[in-house]
Amino acid sequence: MQQFLNVTLGGLAQGAIYAAFALALVLIWRATRIINFAQGAMAMFTTYLALVLIESGQSYWTGFAVALAGGLVLGALVERVVMRPVEGGPELNAVIVTLGLFVALQALAAILFGATFQSFPAPFGLRGFTVGGTTIAFTPFSVFVIGSVVVVMLGLVALFRFTDLGLRMRASAFSQEVARLLGVRVGRMLTLGWAFAAVVGSLAGLLIAGGNLVHPAYMDAVIVYGFVAAVLGGLESPAGAVAGGLIIGLALSYVSGYLGSELVTLAALAILVAVLLVRPHGLFSRVAERRV
Amino acid sequence: MRALVHRVLPSSVLLRHVLAVLAALVVVVLVLETTSQFRNSQFATMSYYAIAAVGLTVLTGLNGQISLGHGALMAVGAYTTALLLADGAVPFPLAMLAATAVTALVGVVVGAAAARLHGPYLAGATLALAVGVPGLAIYFDGLLGGEQGLRVSSPRPPDWLDDALYFLTANDLTGAKYLAYLGWGTLLLVLLLLANLMAGRYGRVWRAVRDDEVAAELAGLRLGRLRVLAFVVSAACAGLAGSVLAMVVRLAAPSGFTIVLSLSLLTAVVVGGLGSLTGALLGSALLVFLPPAVTNVGTSAGLTGVQAAQLAPFVYGVVLVVVMLVAPGGVMGLVRSWRRRGLRQGGSR
Repeated sequence: MQQFLNVTLGGLAQGAIYAAFALALVLIWRATRIINFAQGAMAMFTTYLALVLIESGQSYWTGFAVALAGGLVLGALVERVVMRPVEGGPELNAVIVTLGLFVALQALAAILFGATFQSFPAPFGLRGFTVGGTTIAFTPFSVFVIGSVVVVMLGLVALFRFTDLGLRMRASAFSQEVARLLGVRVGRMLTLGWAFAAVVGSLAGLLIAGGNLVHPAYMDAVIVYGFVAAVLGGLESPAGAVAGGLIIGLALSYVSGYLGSELVTLAALAILVAVLLVRPHGLFSRVAERRV
Repeated sequence: MRALVHRVLPSSVLLRHVLAVLAALVVVVLVLETTSQFRNSQFATMSYYAIAAVGLTVLTGLNGQISLGHGALMAVGAYTTALLLADGAVPFPLAMLAATAVTALVGVVVGAAAARLHGPYLAGATLALAVGVPGLAIYFDGLLGGEQGLRVSSPRPPDWLDDALYFLTANDLTGAKYLAYLGWGTLLLVLLLLANLMAGRYGRVWRAVRDDEVAAELAGLRLGRLRVLAFVVSAACAGLAGSVLAMVVRLAAPSGFTIVLSLSLLTAVVVGGLGSLTGALLGSALLVFLPPAVTNVGTSAGLTGVQAAQLAPFVYGVVLVVVMLVAPGGVMGLVRSWRRRGLRQGGSR
């Protein structure tokens, strides 16, 4: 029973991170119909930026802020420079460009920061809370993880629902032609969408790294989990991505806790295939018909 | 000139391909006999990259399905070979056939799921395959050797071949050279089979499925079955490539089948030009001969060995992006457009 509780709590905290990552994928998908396979590598890169700063004596929060700002700039740059020419073209071309970016960023990080495992600090304690004499696998850091993901989600909801900018971004995602006719600078909105998505992705990268080891490939598996979570939520809906992230976090935590951590990625693959074959439009989508 | 070529070459496609492969065989013997042992082992490496790449180019270029999971499929072939060759009871050609068959079977399963997906969805699913499969080797570490992997006893050259080659070239047949011959012999066979497949009915219907699904379906083609078939053919090539890899590297270990392997194969076929066998060959040559060159540049620019080793994947990634932005048809696409331009100028004169 205690193990079940611990596995569930651990799964929720992981799930919150996958939810953030899936959210980043969904933001980009809605705006440009592209799955950004380089998302993980971009997050890894900004996390290394934070690590370099922290190791040079800056505080954790300086590193945190710089990584998020780095994500903003990197996301905008990537969209403006390499993605713009392939947007709206054959879907395979866009996929291949993001994969190229993925490999290049990962190798660049290994060149600049070294290919070895390095430990990344956590701003809060990593010892579990004690409830009734037993220690549970829910740490102050888990609270921070879930809290920051919730804050980001609320921020995004506020942005899209209540601001003029969010309305313009939604309009460009919904119909580029019409939005352009109504005077929305669609290109600028797309760049902004990628930038915001990269910030959310960077946050996921930082949260996964906290109290763990980082190396240039540490986000590889997270791309898969985030993608599965996004597909589970139907790729279209931010709320679906969050729910999908939590479900994936829990499911993978059970697999890892009861079967073996090596099987986690294959379990994610099994979930993905099952979802795509049974409900291709995701668990929560209300769209009647869509090709996957 | 064209008329002359047409008169001299046989009209049968099969015969023309056989002639080309025989010519290529002569070139392979000449090259392998005149180059150093180090180059021989590089050519052996190129052979298994090329076997996997030609399989991938059929899938992605001809049928329009992307796969980031070919590294995982190569792992299936490599591990099958390693297990079969372990006690020395199975002759290696049989092990290669078995590796191909087992991977083709895996291809049926993966292909059946993949046939219903397209574009980014397929890329994501196969990416999960590539990231997840090496974990199996660690989970079943009793059978598959865990992180260390399985050692493979690569085949020794038989005496008669040694004698025959000595008679022809007065060179001894070293182990590395034998493996290079083995790899290139397999590659040429695969090329012959795939070139015929592409020139025939299946090549045509695969292209039809890629270019317009609705039209293909209206013409009576069964999309699902054709897609699975393309995946199986491609997976069989990957399995065979994995088998050759296991024998050349003498090891099947999870670290050899990372996501970077799958993405390098994709780089090879994209840079060469999607859908072209020649392009896939050019791309695999790039995979083998570019890293040492780039690493040298890196070390002479003051990078450490570890950093310089990462320059090659960095260049792959940059090349992948640049090719897609500047010349999505790859090298063969450029060649084709130059030739077309040349023809047009020749005609107007």
